[in-house]
Amino acid sequence: MSRPEDILPPDLFYDDAESRKYTTSSRIRNIQADMTNRALALLDLEHPSLILDLGCGSGLSGEILSDVSAEEGGPHTWVGMDISASMLGQALERDTDGDMLLADIGQGVPFRAGTFDAAISISAIQWLCNAETSDVSPEGRLKRFFDGLYASLKRGGKAVCQFYPKNTQQRNLISQAAIKAGFGAGILEDDPETKNVKYYLVLSVGGGDVTGAVREMENVDVQDARRRERKRGKEVERKGSKAWITRKKAQMEAKGKVVKNSSKYTGRRRRTAF
Amino acid sequence: MKLLTLNFLTCARKTCKSTAAAFPLHPKEAELEQVEMELNPLFVKNMLPRLDWEAMKTLATELGLPNLPAETPVAEELANESGEPTQTLRDLHTLLMETAIASGKLVCGNCGHEYAVKEGIANFLLPSHMV
Repeated sequence: MSRPEDILPPDLFYDDAESRKYTTSSRIRNIQADMTNRALALLDLEHPSLILDLGCGSGLSGEILSDVSAEEGGPHTWVGMDISASMLGQALERDTDGDMLLADIGQGVPFRAGTFDAAISISAIQWLCNAETSDVSPEGRLKRFFDGLYASLKRGGKAVCQFYPKNTQQRNLISQAAIKAGFGAGILEDDPETKNVKYYLVLSVGGGDVTGAVREMENVDVQDARRRERKRGKEVERKGSKAWITRKKAQMEAKGKVVKNSSKYTGRRRRTAF
Repeated sequence: MKLLTLNFLTCARKTCKSTAAAFPLHPKEAELEQVEMELNPLFVKNMLPRLDWEAMKTLATELGLPNLPAETPVAEELANESGEPTQTLRDLHTLLMETAIASGKLVCGNCGHEYAVKEGIANFLLPSHMV
């Protein structure tokens, strides 16, 4: 299937006709609603919060944020950013509650530090991997975006970005840009290894560990790829040390090789020759 | 655009990020509108410590709104003993959530760039030489 990202830049691709198609298609609306609810569950907000919606489009996800019931910690207030004027026009027609900005998230996030409790983004940040002009690069745009997002979230704030990476390389590019900006990051995969796989980039500010976001959820396996922290005070086995020599000798013996006997002199240095 | 949002918006240019004058943005030729919103006491209470009250006061003067109190209202003033919302809370709600800029311009105090606002949507797209 063709990817809209490969056809045109987002502000041109989502023209009036395409925006209307996107907003009125019940299939897209259902998928968007599912993904927004999943993102909300990952954010786990307890109070009515101020949420930034990146790539808000026609406000499909924003509507769900405004409709969260009081028992579940809502209703939330949201501010949306999108690059497509036609999409925002659709949102105006549908009379959504949130404020919207016509802005390119690859140019940064123009809010002062610590503004938002949380941020969500549904099917938007893969657009940042395209450089439309020669004076910008995907890496540069991702950096501006994640640096801006990091600053605009309050400490302990979380962001969940659902995105469609083109390949593993793009997926790594995005997650590494987030980590470089200072986020604690993790990727949640829904329906892995199927055609309908959905990727959610879960980010936390100052929290460090994001695995806590899925702790209470069912059917979620955590794969931690981070390097294990070295235990403090424990001697690491160096090449040439006594422990290393005895291990190697045992290995060779197991292979059936002839190995010299071990004694108290094994691995000791000879005294310096005169 | 709600006045609440305006209390958090800064200039989008990279060179303005580090200067204090880039916040707040100053409204110019602004037309205001009133939008009915449901009162959400918890939300207002949560936002209160994050508001920049100095910026809110300058904004109110520039828009010609009635003068605001000198100090930020404290959370205790928002509800009376029986938990009913007070007049302070209602006023805050009207100011932050229901008053919105329908059209006009927002001017950065540092670089002087004008961001146009149309139908409540501000245009923060920058030409590439200004990013």
